[in-house]
Amino acid sequence: MSTAAAAASPVELYDDEITKKFVWATLAFAIVGMTVGVWIALELAWWPANLGIPYTTFGRLRPLHTNAVIFAFGGNIVFAGMYYSIQRLLKVRMYSDGLSNFHFWGWQAIIVSAAISLPLGLTQSHEYAELIWPIDIAIAVVFLSFGFNVAMTIARRRVQHLYVAIWFYLSFLITIPVLHVFNNLSLPATLTRSYPVYAGMTDALVQWWYGHNAVGFFLTTPFLGLMYYFLPRAAERPVYSYRLSIIHFWALVFLYIWAGPHHLLYSSLPDWAQTLGMIFSIMLIAPSWGGMLNGLLTLRGAWDRIRTDPVIKFMVVAVSFYGMSTFEGPMMSIRAINGLSHYTNWVIGHVHSGALGWNGMISFGILYWLVPRLWDRELYSEPLATLHFWIATIGIVLYTVTMWGAGLTEGLMWRALDEGGQLQNPVFMDIVNQLAPFYWLRLVGGLLYLSGVLLMAYNLIRTTSAPAPTATAAAAK
Amino acid sequence: MSDDNTPWHRQHLEPRAGLFAILTTVCISVGGLVEIVPMFTIDSSDAPDRVTIEPYTPLEVAGRDIYIREGCYVCHSQMVRPFRDETLRYGLWSRSEEYMWDRPFLLGSRRIGPDLHRVGGKYPDAWHYEHMFDPRSTSPGSVMPPYPWLSRWKIDVDDVNASVVALNRLGTPYSSEDLTATATVLQAQGSEIVERMSASGIEVTWDTEIVALTAYLQRLGRDRTTTLADADGEIP
Repeated sequence: MSTAAAAASPVELYDDEITKKFVWATLAFAIVGMTVGVWIALELAWWPANLGIPYTTFGRLRPLHTNAVIFAFGGNIVFAGMYYSIQRLLKVRMYSDGLSNFHFWGWQAIIVSAAISLPLGLTQSHEYAELIWPIDIAIAVVFLSFGFNVAMTIARRRVQHLYVAIWFYLSFLITIPVLHVFNNLSLPATLTRSYPVYAGMTDALVQWWYGHNAVGFFLTTPFLGLMYYFLPRAAERPVYSYRLSIIHFWALVFLYIWAGPHHLLYSSLPDWAQTLGMIFSIMLIAPSWGGMLNGLLTLRGAWDRIRTDPVIKFMVVAVSFYGMSTFEGPMMSIRAINGLSHYTNWVIGHVHSGALGWNGMISFGILYWLVPRLWDRELYSEPLATLHFWIATIGIVLYTVTMWGAGLTEGLMWRALDEGGQLQNPVFMDIVNQLAPFYWLRLVGGLLYLSGVLLMAYNLIRTTSAPAPTATAAAAK
Repeated sequence: MSDDNTPWHRQHLEPRAGLFAILTTVCISVGGLVEIVPMFTIDSSDAPDRVTIEPYTPLEVAGRDIYIREGCYVCHSQMVRPFRDETLRYGLWSRSEEYMWDRPFLLGSRRIGPDLHRVGGKYPDAWHYEHMFDPRSTSPGSVMPPYPWLSRWKIDVDDVNASVVALNRLGTPYSSEDLTATATVLQAQGSEIVERMSASGIEVTWDTEIVALTAYLQRLGRDRTTTLADADGEIP
């Protein structure tokens, strides 16, 4: 925001510089994280892409990919959207600009340290909690400082009632530290290595309590909060149902936590815990679809804008994918289905329909809406944004469908028995070799999606670097 | 705000951020407590078929740390499910007591390669050397990257000692020899593997990483199979 011209605007009340920083970080790490994703997809299709050096093998890069897209891309867009919406919903500036900046630079430092430590093989091995203990401490400090900043902002708010988006943000700010701290309790052996206080199946259960709720409270509740702010703003319609938002919020935060054991079905985890995990996973359909319906129905009376407004296109597809993957997930939590899907590429397809479809698409919709407003410029090119939308959508469909194919292929071939009750495919590599075509097609899907992100980065950079609007043009708006 | 038509939650809950946060905390705590706390009451030493699960030796701990460093668990599971096809392909299905010394657990979530929970004893030591050096020499069509550095890089005795000491403090029982004369213990077990590899024409020293990793892999899942075989009972 350039100085005197806009001094009279109430927007000056708010710290939008911090949002801009997180927007840039989002763009940068979307490209980095997805590029690593495309790279490891290539490694599975063509093993020489591992490059023959220790630092770039699949085993080391896959955690880098997951951490980069979840915590670097996902985290940064959530923080960008939260800083923008919290100040406006509470009608007050963030409590401390210093804490906001500490949060920004701290989070980026954590991401950079992850990008260095994971290729070096420094890992705790727990999925989505791979980072070693000194980085874990930094995460706790930075995240709690952000939580404190938000809490103090809430305390100083100028409105009484807390809007539904704030509820979802609160559940994110409360749950993530709980999960992070209890899952990472460990005894350091050296500066870079530690051993968890839990052993065996207990460690497995605690980890998947964390792992599943990282999906629930890092990739779901804060994104639902974003949806509840940015979708009504973009559609210029109020949220469809206040009552539905109350019911699905409380049901979601209560039910989600129980679902972790669905990652351990047919393992040696006690049966009762597996069953609880399965039942609560199925129940999760209700609050998940409550959120989806509330999002989609908010567009009532504005459906025509799907044809014309790329922001609405992205958001509608995002919410639809949220509904689809929160239906698929519970189905995969049913023991009999899990017996087929577990350990296969089906799981990878499921994760990506959620991550690319829901988290990615809603993030892009928010960025296309937010950047022109933050920088007070027209979007450089709407047709380019629409092109991005179609490339991304085709990419996701290609990705998901090929992973379903690959997952069913391997799942069915593993279990196939001949008439004598013996394995039909006793040689494991025979099954691996069936997957190559799927891996190549998946790579194409991933490349399409990444290309879309590059288009978006170009579009948004051109938007922000356009000449500043003159005072008269701004006044005319 | 306080007129009679305003629902109670809008009057009393949603304007009160502190109360709202407390209720949210309660909601997210219940499921975790109900599911996780009972796990601490499980006593693995009381397994029904009296299988004794020995802690990993210092060399196996070193190998396990290499397994973690290289992200082997990203592509290989260590959990044989109780399905006919899995017991045919891999062996006995996995039981919880077998993981009692596993810090961290390494069940894995994906089988890009086969399950490894019963890989111990399945192949000779030399097979593992060849497989890490050039996976396609032993498994044609494999998509696994080669790990040639494992036969060059050495384990650091002080580093292994730090791991064993930490695991011991967490409750894994180690002898005073394991804890104080780690080098001797490592060399003793490593030399046996070196000897067996040497018989197949592979020359390595006891302190190379491939020896430690082989020790770990050859150990996997064997306590249960060997105990049951010794008791010459019916293997379930």
